[in-house]
Amino acid sequence: MDPSGLLGFGVFFLTTVSIYAVLTLGLNIQWGLTGQINIGIAGFFAIGAYVSALVTAAGNPAHVGGFELPAIAGAVLATAAAALAAALIGAITVNLRTDYLAIATIGIAEIIRFILQNESWLTNGVRGIADIPRPISEGSASNLIFLAIALVSVAVVYWLAERARVSPWGRVLRAIRDNEPATEAAGKNVAGFRLQAFVFGSAVMGFAGALYAHFIGFVSPEAFDPLFATFLVWAMLIVGGSGNNLGAVLGAFVVWIIWSGSELLTGLLPAEYATQASAARVLLVGVLIQVVLLARPEGLLPEPKSGGK
Amino acid sequence: MLGDIIQLAFYGIVTGSILALGAIGVSLIFSILRFAHFAHGDLMTVGAYAALVPVKMIGLSPIVAMPFAVLVAAAVAVVAELLLYRPLRGRSSIILLISSFGVALILRSLVQIIWGTSNQVYASGIRMPIVVFDIRIKPDHLWIIGGTFAIIIALHLFLTRTRFGKAMRAMSDDLNLARLSGIPTNRVVIITWIIAAALAATAGVFLAMDTRLQPVLGWNALLPIFAAAILGGIGRPYGAIAGGFVIGLAMEMSTMVIDPGYKSAVAFALLVITLIVRPQGILKGAA
Repeated sequence: MDPSGLLGFGVFFLTTVSIYAVLTLGLNIQWGLTGQINIGIAGFFAIGAYVSALVTAAGNPAHVGGFELPAIAGAVLATAAAALAAALIGAITVNLRTDYLAIATIGIAEIIRFILQNESWLTNGVRGIADIPRPISEGSASNLIFLAIALVSVAVVYWLAERARVSPWGRVLRAIRDNEPATEAAGKNVAGFRLQAFVFGSAVMGFAGALYAHFIGFVSPEAFDPLFATFLVWAMLIVGGSGNNLGAVLGAFVVWIIWSGSELLTGLLPAEYATQASAARVLLVGVLIQVVLLARPEGLLPEPKSGGK
Repeated sequence: MLGDIIQLAFYGIVTGSILALGAIGVSLIFSILRFAHFAHGDLMTVGAYAALVPVKMIGLSPIVAMPFAVLVAAAVAVVAELLLYRPLRGRSSIILLISSFGVALILRSLVQIIWGTSNQVYASGIRMPIVVFDIRIKPDHLWIIGGTFAIIIALHLFLTRTRFGKAMRAMSDDLNLARLSGIPTNRVVIITWIIAAALAATAGVFLAMDTRLQPVLGWNALLPIFAAAILGGIGRPYGAIAGGFVIGLAMEMSTMVIDPGYKSAVAFALLVITLIVRPQGILKGAA
């Protein structure tokens, strides 16, 4: 492989890891901090990607949109749309055990998948939406500039999540996770805090969707296979360390190396085993999750003992 | 028009039977182990594919192959219990949910590795439905409905008449009291898994008879099954039966007015309405 190809691969790799890191940070706010389960990550990710794509792409009679807004406006609207969806689903389940939230989030993800596939006037169905602009496109340096944007995004989301974690607000969330009745007895509005954390985390996932759409420049339902997006992000958080924001970023990096590395390995197999090979990769990550849950439940980086500071 | 309605109601009972079998298992597991079992759909898939082995190898009908499907699914559930769920049980029940989500993915990828990803059927060729008063009924449908009712009666007798059935109900009412009164809780848990897996395998074979075998067979049924379990009051097996038929009928009847692609959305809508109006379900569940 020539050096420029290697550089290109490195840029692509790091940008993808950055997008996953943003998703994992979003899940950490919900699961790591508050103990809420979201099995519909792919749904919020897709909402973000499609909203940003529809408002920024050039007009096309095959789907709605054509507003040609700047990418930054797309990202803001994407974040808001995911937050709105999360607020609706969160408000319904906020007073119930988190099992109900987990079930309801599958519902959201499934319905979004159906809408993306079936309502082609809206989303152009399986053919997807193309020509989604980059925020700054400068020819050959375009990928490098986008990597910088993605890295800055990770830094900003990390900073926000870390601020939230050590703040009095984050302390209440951890208290709810560890002992809900005591938190309630201390006079905290448990439902309100929980809803805020769920909306915050989902908004971050929506933002990650916008990053993805503008990075790839094309969105189609295939990219939001509920299982892969959701499943990989869970693996990243569990491996990295639930409750630890740095762990979330590290987990995204490590699991993505394992995931794409296993693709290199299975690529050596003859083509007739291609479907088996991709299933074997899922199996590998599934086993990895179980091993970490059993043998090292705190993940690579355990949750900091105190709130920091 | 009336004929269409009755036809769809009939399909609704078929779908409802399958959902009820799945939802009873989810509800039993929830009542004993207190977590939503996310691998239940994929356990159905394992059962459906396991039945394919004797069907293809020695040409059995899927109904006759059922015991083999039950055996495989029960073995898978017991292995998952011993390797994963039992060691994790000391920690939060939410960890069990996450672990079961991982198990779901592991089971599905195993199915893909062993049987491939393409759609398959137990028996190819068209089988003519019997037409009774304009209602088209396939023999498979009668097997599904009849089998489900027989299983429900057997389960009822098990829960009310046998020592282990009574122990299960005691554990679901009060775990600590059950343990103090000398109930062998670990053994009851294993029996719960075997029963839930047997019901899941049966539901999986029925679903594959009604549609076709594909690796996402069970996962796609998971949302309606959870909806049925919650509608019936989660942790209440009898409620789950009612929930299964309500959701099944609603899903099939809805195709008169909306795109069949949105059947799952109908189940979801009923789930959301239940959570808003009566989160404890029809029979008061463990909310």
